[in-house]
Order: sequence, then structure tokens, then C-alpha cells
Amino acid sequence: MTDTRADAPADAAGSDPAEASSPADAVLPSLASEATERRGLAPRTRSLLLFGGLAVALVTGVVVSAGAGQLPVPPHEVWNSLLRGLGLSDAPEALPNTDSALWNIRFPRIAMALLIGAALAMAGTVMQAIFANPLAEPGVVGVSSGAALGAAAAIVLGWTAFGDWVTAVAAFVAGLGATLVVYLASRAGGRTEVVTLVLTGIAINAFAGGALAFLTFIGDTGSREEIVFWQLGSLNGARWPEVAVMLPLVVVAGVAALLLGRTLDLFSLGEPGARHLGVRVETVRIVSIVVVAVLVCSAVAFAGIIAFVGLIVPHLMRMVLGPAHRPLLVASALGGALLLLLADLAARTMVPMADLPIGMLTSIIGGPFFFWLLRRTRRRSGGWG
Amino acid sequence: MSLAFTATGLALTATGLAVEIDGVRLLDSVDFTAAPGRVHALIGPNGAGKSTLLAALAGDRAAASGTVHLGDTAVARQSPKVLARLRAVLTQEHTVSFPFPVREIVAMGRHPWAGSSAADDDDREIDAAMAATDVSHLAARTVPSLSGGERARVALARIVAQRTPVLLLDEPTAALDLKHQEDVLRLARDHAAAGATVVVVLHDLNLAAAYADDITLLRLGRVVATGAPAEVLTAERIEAVYGQPVEVVPHPRTGVPLVLPVR
Repeated sequence: MTDTRADAPADAAGSDPAEASSPADAVLPSLASEATERRGLAPRTRSLLLFGGLAVALVTGVVVSAGAGQLPVPPHEVWNSLLRGLGLSDAPEALPNTDSALWNIRFPRIAMALLIGAALAMAGTVMQAIFANPLAEPGVVGVSSGAALGAAAAIVLGWTAFGDWVTAVAAFVAGLGATLVVYLASRAGGRTEVVTLVLTGIAINAFAGGALAFLTFIGDTGSREEIVFWQLGSLNGARWPEVAVMLPLVVVAGVAALLLGRTLDLFSLGEPGARHLGVRVETVRIVSIVVVAVLVCSAVAFAGIIAFVGLIVPHLMRMVLGPAHRPLLVASALGGALLLLLADLAARTMVPMADLPIGMLTSIIGGPFFFWLLRRTRRRSGGWG
Repeated sequence: MSLAFTATGLALTATGLAVEIDGVRLLDSVDFTAAPGRVHALIGPNGAGKSTLLAALAGDRAAASGTVHLGDTAVARQSPKVLARLRAVLTQEHTVSFPFPVREIVAMGRHPWAGSSAADDDDREIDAAMAATDVSHLAARTVPSLSGGERARVALARIVAQRTPVLLLDEPTAALDLKHQEDVLRLARDHAAAGATVVVVLHDLNLAAAYADDITLLRLGRVVATGAPAEVLTAERIEAVYGQPVEVVPHPRTGVPLVLPVR
């Protein structure tokens, strides 16, 4: 390959500017560049491997996850049942009740895990782009808890009498409000400093936590259980009607995010830089915020708070693909789907006869990851940049 | 590289311009004209309003009163898309939030031309811009791994790749070594020679004297003097504006005024 980009360092995100900005580097740029450019795989090969790997892992994961549970189903039976359900096979059921267990309980739950994982990871990617900050994440900055607060209010105040969808709408409105508050409060000069972002998140999470506690306090037992469900996050009870609502939302918001892809790249230059290149910054900002709110809030409405997916996945994908947003969004959607598929499998099977809250799992993994990322970002910016 | 512009001869004019931020008047009654084919330097002490004037010329800062015209059109009425094909802006801030490879950053400068016939030249323009700013060897590096001066040159390459007939450069020499400072201003001269309008904020009065066709000296948001370097850069005026005694002597060979602080 003659493309010079083939020499991009594999761990480019990790190179330390403190070294690079030493006087020796300015005098001897060629030596310095040789030192930082480590030969890795060509970008095209790397992205092919990544997308191929994600696709294989997703298919394998779906079959394995569908087979695991109180009624174990061997992989080839899962596969046959999938084909039967899609009308592609008329092989008879090897075990009784396989089809009903798979199609009524496990497949919708798996579909929901895939959709919510994709939604959260894409939301994280878009959020990081418009905040121009790799640490922005719906859970960390309080969008998820804002949405959960809306849902809890709908439950406790009895708005659900108007229909099940009211909870989802309340989650959406409150989450959109929280996104706007974070955005307006944490930016200065077209950028978001890490410390402002994190502190804004603390404030919003604290407020939402307090309000949720109040609602838990005044709610009856039934409402309390539902609120706990929102806070812990779970895919338990996901059925096809929920999938049918979630699917179009994720597709529409995902396509919108992809269409914004090139423009989101320009936001890396800061808002003035993007504007100088002809971007209608205000419009893109509003559209992006709505996209984030739709993705996060629909996820929260059906599965409660599942934090850190939007942080871990885009970051890992960026390390492989580089930061260009179009491929990054696609890879994040696949990676998010895979992560939540595996997290849900773990939640269902780690403890026998128990369904662990999936939000608890992602936070246990995501918390330390966030900490590591925070330290690294801080070191790179030489402070709290 | 060839420097023919699709639109040439765009003058940039401010008339009676005032800019306020949070009720503080940063520019007042500024009349300013940058003509095509010329390099126009903005100089003045810290806080004189140089960057504010540049931002107003770029269309980033709204005028409290007065107007800014690019050619015959008010900048405030122009859409971002059209403006991006007419003028490029080098800000003092060269941060890039994500580790994009250098070549991709420079390629962002081609964004305004996406979908037009000019987009066919993207690769050639990007290569030429990178060669002109001496960043070709950095193509595969990512921005966080660059030194301050290298980042500044990458940002400049992006502005050059934008191929606009008007260039607004805010302290393009700030982080650069001796040779690259001269390179940048030679590049500004080349663009002006090809018909571009170049406005450049400079702190180094000698660079301004050597490379600018016109100089505007600002103090406290007002224009103190504007004209040819030799007219603007007099010892009395510089001392009065900067509060630092200087000697101004002609360069023994070129005759360009040299400003030397009295030490």
C-alpha cells in the first residue's frame, strides 16, 4: 500500500504530547516522527478485521445467548428455530417448547439488548462529538438519570393511566431536558472542559437522585419496585411490542447520526473552526441533541439506566478505526449491540436462577474504565483541559 | 503551486465598526479596508482589539454598530456555506479534540467545496497545502503527538487547502521558529500576489514592516494609524502606543523600517 496513512500508529490515541512537544522534536521532526510511527496493519485491513470480527461475534453471541438459560438449547437447535420462525426451514422441533421459549422470551430480549446497546453506543459517539470531549457519556453527564426521573414521575404520579407509552414519553421529555441543561451548563467558548462536564454530571445526577428518592418515598410498593427497575437497568420482560417501538427510533436516529457524520468530524476543530468551514453550528447542535435524546431516552424507557456503554464502546472503536465519525458510528452500533448482548447473557446466567440488573454490570465494568480514561485524558491535556 | 482563485478581487471593509462583549466596548468606530492583492497587518499592544477585529471581519462577532462587507455583501447576511468558500480563518486555538491523522485534518479544509466541481482537486490541493506549510512529513501523525509549532502549521495547511480569496490569520507566527515564521509570511505574500486579500495579526513589528503592504495600528479598540509600514511605524507613535521607547532605523540594505526597543 502506498498510502502514507498506512503508517498511522496503532495506538495513536495513546501517544504522549508531553514528549512530542520537547525542543528536540521541533529541531528533529523526522527523527521524532520515526519514533512515534510504529508499523501496524493498514487502516483498511484493520477496519475489515474489526467489522468482520464484530459480525461473527454478534451472530455467535446471539446463538449462544439464545441457547443459555433454564432450558438449555443446543446451538444448532437455536439456529433451526430461527430459520423456522423466519419461514426458511420446516425441520421439526427436536425438543418440545423450544420454539415458544425462544420466540416468546429469549429472542425479543436479545433483540432488545442489541437495539439498546447500539442506541447507547451511538448516543455516546454523537455526544462526544458535539461536546468535543471523549469523556461525554449519557450516563455520566446525567441524561440517563434525567430520563429515569421522568419515567419514575410518570409511574408515581399515575400518568400511566393514560397508556403505557406515557412512561416512555415522560422519559424522553425529561432526558431531552437533561441533555439541554448539560449542554448549556458545561460549555465555554465552544468547548467543554473535562472538569466542567464531570461536575455538571454530578450536579444533575445528584438532583435526579434526590428527586428519585423522593418519588420512591411517596410511591406505593408497586411504584417503588418499578423505580428500582429504572435505576438498576434490566432487560427482563422485554417483548416484541417494545422491540417494535424501539426499532424504528433507533433506525431513524441512527441514520440521522450517520448523515451528520462528516459534520461531526469538523466539530473536533471546535465550534469556531467548524463554523469557518461552513457548518451551521447551531442547527447541527440542536439536531445532534435531539438524536442523542431519542437514542438514550428510548433505551432508558424500556430498560432503565444502563451506563457507560456509550463511553466504553466508542472509545475502543476509536482506538482501532481512528476518530472519523461515519465508520466510528457504524462500528459503535455493532460494538454496543455486542457488549449489551454479552452483558445480558452474563446477567441471566452468572448467578443460577437469578436475573441480575444489567445496569449494575455495565457500571461495574464501566466505572474503572472511566477512571482510567479520565486519568489518561488529564495527563494528555497537561491538566484539566 | 498555482494560486489562481475562483473569485478574486474581494475587498474586506469595516465601516464605523463597534463590537461589544458583555457591555464592554472592545472596538469603537473602526474604519478598515483590506484590499485584494495586498497583505494587511493588524498590530497593537495586548488588548488593543486585533483579534476582535479579525473575528468581526470573519463574521464571528456581531457588530454593535457599523458594518463589515466582503466585496459588496454584508458578512452578517452571508450564509456560513458561502462565507466558507470566500474566506478562511486561522484562529489562535489549534486544538483538535480527537486524534485525527494530520492529513485528515488538512482535508477538512476542503469541506466547503464538497459537492462542487472544485472537489475534484481535493487531493491535489491537500498535498499542495501540506507542502507549502512544510507538514507533508507529518501526514500520518496524529495531532496530540505534535509540538505546538507543528500544530500551528497543520492548522495553517488546513486554511490554505480551503483555497479562499480572503485569508484571515490570527498570529500565525506565534508558536513558530525563525524559518517557519518567514515561511508563513512568504506564503501570505504569495497568496496576495495571486490576488488574495490577506489580513494578518502580528506582534512582531519587524515582521509586519518586512512583509505587509499596509499596517493598521490599534489601541484600546480604536485605529491609531493606518497606511504603509514606513508611515505607521514611527518611533514617537510606537512609544506612545506601546509605552516602550524604540528606535526606528531603515534596514541598511532593503530600507525597510527596523523597530528596535531602547535597551
